[in-house]
Amino acid sequence: MDETNIGLWGVPLAILAGAIRVSTPFIFVSLGEAITERSGRINLGLEGTLVFGAMTAYAVAVLTGSPWLGVLAAMAAGAVFGLIHGFICRFPRVNDIAIGIAMMQFGLGFAFFLGKPFIQPSAPKLPSIPLGNWSSYPQVQAALNINVLFFIGFALSLFLFWAFRNTRPGLILRVVGDSTDAARAMGINPDRVRLLATALGGSLAAVGGAYLSLYYPGSWNEGISSGQGLMAVALVIFARWNPIHCFLAALLFGGTGALGPALKSVGVTQGYYLFYAAPYVLTLAILIATSSPHRALSGAPGALSLTK
Amino acid sequence: MTKLLSMNRRNFLQVSAAGLAASALPGLTPGTALAQTALTVGFIYVGPKDDYGYNQAHAEGAAVIKAMPGVTLVEEENVPETVDVQKTMESMINLDGASLVFPTSFGYFDPHMLAMAAKYPDTQFRHCGGLWQAGKHPANTGSYFGYIHQGQYLNGVAAGNATKSKKIGFVAAKPIPQVVQNVNAFLLGARSVDPTITCQVIFTGEWSLAIKEAEATNALVDQGVDVITCHVDSPKVVVETAAGRGAFVCGYHADQSPLAPEKYLTGAEWAWGKVYTDFITKAQAGEKLGNFVRGGLKDGFVKMSALGPGVSEKGRKMFDATLAEAMTGKLSVFKGPLNDNKGNAVIAADKAYAEDAIDLESMAYLVEGVVGSTS
Repeated sequence: MDETNIGLWGVPLAILAGAIRVSTPFIFVSLGEAITERSGRINLGLEGTLVFGAMTAYAVAVLTGSPWLGVLAAMAAGAVFGLIHGFICRFPRVNDIAIGIAMMQFGLGFAFFLGKPFIQPSAPKLPSIPLGNWSSYPQVQAALNINVLFFIGFALSLFLFWAFRNTRPGLILRVVGDSTDAARAMGINPDRVRLLATALGGSLAAVGGAYLSLYYPGSWNEGISSGQGLMAVALVIFARWNPIHCFLAALLFGGTGALGPALKSVGVTQGYYLFYAAPYVLTLAILIATSSPHRALSGAPGALSLTK
Repeated sequence: MTKLLSMNRRNFLQVSAAGLAASALPGLTPGTALAQTALTVGFIYVGPKDDYGYNQAHAEGAAVIKAMPGVTLVEEENVPETVDVQKTMESMINLDGASLVFPTSFGYFDPHMLAMAAKYPDTQFRHCGGLWQAGKHPANTGSYFGYIHQGQYLNGVAAGNATKSKKIGFVAAKPIPQVVQNVNAFLLGARSVDPTITCQVIFTGEWSLAIKEAEATNALVDQGVDVITCHVDSPKVVVETAAGRGAFVCGYHADQSPLAPEKYLTGAEWAWGKVYTDFITKAQAGEKLGNFVRGGLKDGFVKMSALGPGVSEKGRKMFDATLAEAMTGKLSVFKGPLNDNKGNAVIAADKAYAEDAIDLESMAYLVEGVVGSTS
């Protein structure tokens, strides 16, 4: 076994592998939320959408035998959740944060209710691309066995970064997000843009859920998310509404999350609760380090209720 | 208003079922013993009933008593170990008329079940786990548990025969005595095959945390561990992840062999059906339920999964011999001389604990050969 004993190298490898394995749901939820928030609305309900998407994807994959159909069904369900949120928020004096919290609870409860019969069956998994065959270490091969959705998430973050600046829909989205009045003056219907942006955000968040239930950890149960949807919403602010930063922040979060188990497995055994808190401590530290008393959040959409 | 309604319904249930207009209390009171006294029994689970694990094991036991004559079963799943469980107990007692409640999760005991026991002295509470102490806790409460560490010792025997790297792994939830016992027993079982084997333990800190369990399993396999078992509420993720990485697995709580037919060696399973049947039979007969109920493989509280295809002929022989010894109730897993993994002597050379030794229920140390720490 000596030739495959990697000892302390396991820690950086685990951080890299964890970054790739754990980050994908964060990538999709934060990109979805970035689109929604860029339109000037905040959807806190993505945790519910994520869990509902995980359930829908798993159920459809079990019933049809096709994981990709599961992902499509999850996207549709997520879009419906987004549409409901967007529709309710159109009415005057409706607070989007409160609706988001209500939608989160609704999504969680409804997913648990419908997902009951699917806890036991095993669903077919999403395919992954083995990029580690050059290495003789099975650990490296396992770490570089990367799911297709990760690459889609990466490509999507680049695309959104470009589209926000260079395409007509991207510019419309940003105008609506920065100033409702300016958008109206231009003849744009802000409510319709926000409705579509929230629906799109919901469907992306549901893809994150599909990754959880159909790839890693690859099983549907009611504790599958443990708050990742909420953390991803926070990551958007952390990433300053920039899609590429969302991607990097998700990687960072995934990598630090893998730190605790990796250190334990090489024999650093004291204080593991502290290591498990690493992602949150890191988030706090970076937010404090990049904050400034002299200016508002850079990059924040002007019409976002957070910044009003 | 609700209270009034519920009282009426409760009385109605008792009266109509027992056929005795005068019976003010359900069948637990001595003297009203009828062969098939009506009895409403409440089961509370911390997770879903079909989790391939802890809750499924209890729910299967509950399903056995559901078929008994006179028994009405009320169940609630996904009840957190918070004040929520008090509300659930209260509603089972007031609205459903439950006179015997099984809050099955470890964290339900203190303060939740104790508070309810003081408030409803006519209701019987039996908690799964080892926490009840005579004199300290009310007489209408009690605890039941099985010596499942012997099952983990047998898992260890199977693991010790299967490992090539001489490193085995354990994904554990919280460092409480029951879990620590299992970790130690798993290693000692493996060391009965080869004393050079070590066992790496990773505590996730929660009973059910799918991603962390998957990460822990991956981290163990990355370090060369080739047989993994666990003590978390739902072993599904650990079993599937470990088998997916090519490691052997030993099950826990329930039979997980359908999840990894090729890689599943064996598993330590609960057999709660018998335990619950005994409680109900006693309750219906008006006998005392007992406050301190324990049993092992011999008593039918615990059973082992059928051996999988990965177990060698030699392993099968050793496993069968150890199982036969355990079935006599005389197998001593924890015997001296034994050091903890910090080098302190914890069991003297001439001391051997039987499976029912009460000292074992407060175990807080990891034995020599376990890599890890409880804090």
